[in-house]
Amino acid sequence: MKIVEVKNIVKTFDKTTAVDDVSFEVEQGEIFGLIGPDGAGKTTLFRMLTTLLKPVKGNAKVLGLDVVKNYKQIRKKVGYMPGRFSLYQDLSVEENLKFFATIFGTTVEENYNLIKDIYILLEPFKKRKAGKLSGGMKQKLALCCALIHKPDVLFLDEPTTGVDPVSRNEFWDMLRKLKEQGITILVSTPYMDEASLCDRVALMQKGKTLSIDTPDNIIRQFKKSLFAIHSENQYELFQTLMKYEHRNTVFPFGEFLHYTDKRENISEDEIKNYLETLNLKGLKIKSVKPNIEDCFMALMEEK
Amino acid sequence: MENENIIYAENLTKKFGSFVAVNSISFSVKKGEIYGFLGANGAGKTTAIRMLCGLSTPSSGKATVAGFDVYKQTENIKKNIGYMSQKFSLYEDLTVKENITFYGGIYGLSDKEIKEKTEYLLDILKIGDAKDKLIKSLPLGWKQKLAFSVAVIHNPKIVFLDEPTGGVDPLTRRQFWNMIYEEASRGITVFVTTHYMDEAEYCNRVSIMSDGIIAALDTPSKLKEKYNANTMHEVFVKIAR
Repeated sequence: MKIVEVKNIVKTFDKTTAVDDVSFEVEQGEIFGLIGPDGAGKTTLFRMLTTLLKPVKGNAKVLGLDVVKNYKQIRKKVGYMPGRFSLYQDLSVEENLKFFATIFGTTVEENYNLIKDIYILLEPFKKRKAGKLSGGMKQKLALCCALIHKPDVLFLDEPTTGVDPVSRNEFWDMLRKLKEQGITILVSTPYMDEASLCDRVALMQKGKTLSIDTPDNIIRQFKKSLFAIHSENQYELFQTLMKYEHRNTVFPFGEFLHYTDKRENISEDEIKNYLETLNLKGLKIKSVKPNIEDCFMALMEEK
Repeated sequence: MENENIIYAENLTKKFGSFVAVNSISFSVKKGEIYGFLGANGAGKTTAIRMLCGLSTPSSGKATVAGFDVYKQTENIKKNIGYMSQKFSLYEDLTVKENITFYGGIYGLSDKEIKEKTEYLLDILKIGDAKDKLIKSLPLGWKQKLAFSVAVIHNPKIVFLDEPTGGVDPLTRRQFWNMIYEEASRGITVFVTTHYMDEAEYCNRVSIMSDGIIAALDTPSKLKEKYNANTMHEVFVKIAR
């Protein structure tokens, strides 16, 4: 059985089409990522799948159940961590957890093994009010609360947004452990580098999917040769390449610029020779493998 | 004036009760520099920025911003800085033009200057057609770019950007950094926080805060060399962990 099946789903608000004819499937035990900036439709899609919003067109099933007709059954079986902080600010850590366990008709003890690794980190603060926790701690508590009824599938809406790179790494380690315990995970993120941590991803922009595949396959579909170029003055190099007649795209990527050329089969030496005639200092150029962000921008430009 | 320090901080400290949020940090930022202010959540970045913007009085230590003292001259500081964050920027229920007029007004520009600035911004941002549209109806990318332009409308000596690119698509994020470079080349100092480590590489110098102290401060290339890392992401993970 597919854990999630989405077919041609549409959601509009007034004149805005938030989700525009999206289809995908998620298999048992997968980590499936919805990758895209704000306004891509990630949250609206999650709200439809967790039965909080009705689609305008199309349909979706979660655990084989229809999101409109069988919403009550779905709600018992899924865990949902919304993007905005969802906990009760004036309840303590342990009170929040107990509350969520109770409304789902279970106890903290019954499913403690599922949250143990995460909850241990929170235990020293269990008497503290949720509103007084740091961002990273709130995120961990929200995950515990979404897990406490042992859901078959977890929906995590931007759990790492605004979180520093170290805490983001820790959060992804937790997700991998949950996957090992057989929980299917749908997770959304605006951070393109997190795509590589998913089994499969849907790249989303303005309500539409740009591509749905494994991260490796998406990278393989990048059509152009990609070069990383560096010089002593990156801004000058950028301006120079922008004016270059054969330039296709040039984007800053950390200490390098990622460059593609309009010509086929172009070599590093040809570009280097051209730049050397312009007296750019400390030139370095190498052929590189594209990452998901390169692919995302290429797909955006195609549309 | 080339080496003028726009920010100068010495042993700057902020305590809340027994908790030391910012623990004796010292650094300076020069005119026209793009300075990346990084750190883990809860490391003390926001508290430090609030002190530098004249919004929170330090517990001890010294600091000047744009030449003004953070204890005694907070009103002068506020007039000489720009500020933009992902959360607070433009008024959603005002139009593009109204926002420009409003910010121009509170920063003390004359009617003539406001009129000129409005025309200039509508032209350079290519949003002339949207000048009478409410901010809330605009795409996020447009908002971010306008918010930045408005934050520097009064030609401040320094602009503080607190996670300016969060949630923005990758193309807009790069266009935004081009705007930062342009302002810096005009002599405006840029003080920026971000969780995107590729953006840390675009800064002239970067400091990384951890538990209230500045754990590292240098150019991105020297930090990578020192911590034997290939990217700023690796440097950050080594320091903050």
